[in-house]
Amino acid sequence: MMTIAVEQAAAARRPRTRRAGIASLAAYLQAAPLALILGAFLLAPLIVIATVSFWDYDFARLYPDFILMNYQDTLGSWVTWKTYLNTLKFAAIVWAVTLFLGFWVAYFLAFHIRTTTMQMVLFLVCTVPFLTSNIIRMISWIPVLGRNGLVNSTLIDMGLIPAPIEWLLYSDFAVVLAMTHLYTLFMVTPIFNTLMRIDRSLIEAARDAGATSFQTLTNVILPLAKPGIAIGTIFVVTLVMADFITVQVMSGGQSASVALMMRNQMSLLQYPAAAANAVILLALVLVMVAGILRIVDIRKEL
Amino acid sequence: MSHERRGLEFWILTVFFVLFVLFLYGPLSAILILSFQGPSGGLTFPLNGVSLHWFYDLTQQQAVGDFGGSFRRSLMLGIGVMLVTVVVSLLAGLAFRRKFLGATPLFYLAVASLVVPSIIVSLGIGVMFQQIGIPPAWYSSAFGAHLTWTLPFGVLIMFAVFNRFSPSYEEAARDLGASSWQTFLHVLLPMIAPSLVGVGLFGFTLSYDEFARSLMTSGTYNTLPLEIYGMTTNVTTPVLYALGTVTTAFSFLVIAATLGIILWLGRKRAQG
Repeated sequence: MMTIAVEQAAAARRPRTRRAGIASLAAYLQAAPLALILGAFLLAPLIVIATVSFWDYDFARLYPDFILMNYQDTLGSWVTWKTYLNTLKFAAIVWAVTLFLGFWVAYFLAFHIRTTTMQMVLFLVCTVPFLTSNIIRMISWIPVLGRNGLVNSTLIDMGLIPAPIEWLLYSDFAVVLAMTHLYTLFMVTPIFNTLMRIDRSLIEAARDAGATSFQTLTNVILPLAKPGIAIGTIFVVTLVMADFITVQVMSGGQSASVALMMRNQMSLLQYPAAAANAVILLALVLVMVAGILRIVDIRKEL
Repeated sequence: MSHERRGLEFWILTVFFVLFVLFLYGPLSAILILSFQGPSGGLTFPLNGVSLHWFYDLTQQQAVGDFGGSFRRSLMLGIGVMLVTVVVSLLAGLAFRRKFLGATPLFYLAVASLVVPSIIVSLGIGVMFQQIGIPPAWYSSAFGAHLTWTLPFGVLIMFAVFNRFSPSYEEAARDLGASSWQTFLHVLLPMIAPSLVGVGLFGFTLSYDEFARSLMTSGTYNTLPLEIYGMTTNVTTPVLYALGTVTTAFSFLVIAATLGIILWLGRKRAQG
């Protein structure tokens, strides 16, 4: 997509070579702030993490060194592997649930709401809660799911269950529910965006050719929605892989994730150990993203 | 109305959508209602009377932390991040309309900034500041940490905007004798102003709510999300819900104000 933009801009400018020199200098000056900020606060910290992951440490200080102990400790521990598996489990479940919800919400908005205004209004209705604090939205599940919460007291009042269901809150179920609540928008938005750009005459052509709406869905809409699904997947998977606060609050400390393990190492000032974990987690996330990008070319989408 | 009849699929999906919206707003409204608990009320239903007790409690000295100070810090941080995000994203968007050396790596760096887990950014910046010997603070290290989250969104939005922006408007202005600065100020800027307001809203709310990236980077003084996080582990009264209600109401206010500005800009342009 960027190459297209650049080519368009270049084509638009071709007759005006007089300004070309100044223009290219301007481009560097305009790009410089972004490059400087990302260089200082993304690239440099990542280099620091990679470096520190080979350092030695004790309870008070870090010692510059080149040792593999941090990686050996991390990868040699059964707990680490279990934690990574647990994180991947959360990622897979939350991905499947948000994809299901996100696709149908986006599909409803894009194909069943007829006016653009109404589409925008309903889309905003979905968006607004996502602009408020994550932690507030998380703790808002406590009075709903808790032992004396809304769900349990309602079910008991109706006589459906004799005693409160204990696994509603502080469980893997609660973690998945809260993550779904937190991250579904990241699936809805890109899919909605892609669906809105499908040429409506393709749908009509499919219908004229005798396709049922199910056939149109599977043969026309789904293949064209793939880039949006890919972008949503990247968002949801990376957010879940990086999440520690939801896991900590909603599981009540009974479940673990890689980021939570890092967080605990950080609060014990074991920065090199956390850094080794960070390098492994980052590598895993980048491999997953690269895998998704191999299946679909999302650069065309922007 | 020449509309065809709504099929079964429409009604099933409508019910699905309504349930989804209930799922989004339901728990939030539980918090909202429970924040008006009477003084003897607890963290769950039923309501023991209705009062503003817990809102009043919020203004008092808390056992843990400092709500007013953290709110001020988060507000100033959010405004600063918003301004930098708007300006830097706009400049980057303009830069990417031309060909320049390093455009592709810079684009991928911006995308990587979205993908790198926030806790890794937090750890990296925290350790980097420690090693350089500068104490982390909400206005320096946390400011940079938040920008790594808000800038990619801003830049991607500006990409989308400029991809749909026809350069013929600028050519027309130039043919009429406008300088590049005049073209920018009187033609380009008014046309993309609503998107810039949108970028600003994104920048502010993402920073105002950011937790993981503030963890290792905000230094001695907490930002609001860190404060709320501290309260979730220590506070067992509805004062927590009162805080939730107040911050949510504030977010809604910001969103409403932003939509108002966008509508106002649109109307001004239509008149102009």
